Amino acid sequence: MADTLRRGPGRILVVVYGIFALSAGARAAVQIATKFDEAPLAYLLSAFAAAVYLVATVALLRGGTVWRRVALASCSIELIGVLTVGLLTLFDTAAFPDDTVWSDFGKGYGYVPLVLPILGLWWLVFVGRRTRAGNAR
Amino acid sequence: MNGTLSVVTIVLSLALAAWAAVTAARNRPPDRGHLLGLAVVEASIVALLGAAVASVATGGRPASAGTFIGYVVTILLLPVLGAVLARLEPTRWGAGVVAVIGLTVPVLVLRLQQTWSAATSG
Repeated sequence: MADTLRRGPGRILVVVYGIFALSAGARAAVQIATKFDEAPLAYLLSAFAAAVYLVATVALLRGGTVWRRVALASCSIELIGVLTVGLLTLFDTAAFPDDTVWSDFGKGYGYVPLVLPILGLWWLVFVGRRTRAGNAR
Repeated sequence: MNGTLSVVTIVLSLALAAWAAVTAARNRPPDRGHLLGLAVVEASIVALLGAAVASVATGGRPASAGTFIGYVVTILLLPVLGAVLARLEPTRWGAGVVAVIGLTVPVLVLRLQQTWSAATSG
């Protein structure tokens, strides 16, 4: 179990999550350091999104029962986040004068932020089922 | 940033991504050819960055130095990461990792160009 989460399709998820943790994190750090006053909400949200991506990356790498739950939680938060922020940016553009990873459902990042948590949740459920099936035998 | 070298890097990287995607679709692991492909992409990235460093002598500057260096480190490490994971995962998913890396490098080349020539939001 500790291993299965990061093997197979999990490797691709870890790579993509890692890239997003890095790019969202670096972007948020630069934005907060250089022009925090312009759009504090958007930049704090960027930092939060980066933290969620980082937690998901680590959880997928570590595996095991506890880390799988952590991964489930972070993928869920991510999906809720991208859907909420996506809707907010459609209806309330004034709240987000600058883009975040999750603005317009992740349009600026090729909609990967929208697809990624769905793939992540699918993989976690799939591994969970396979593990339970293995234990039952 | 050197336009020709950027285009060469993007084309090579996309070709590698397509090849690796076909390999993954055929349920084959990545082989030596893919590792060689990653090495070629890395060499092309090094040439591109070398040209950028050389152009600093003639007055070229990144618009945002911190961001630019961040992208430089990331883009240099990506093919290496791809090679390591391709060795660790000798299944179709290893080829999938190479395909994802091949799709990410062109994005980073475009971002490098943006941070070099003009101020952007990030």
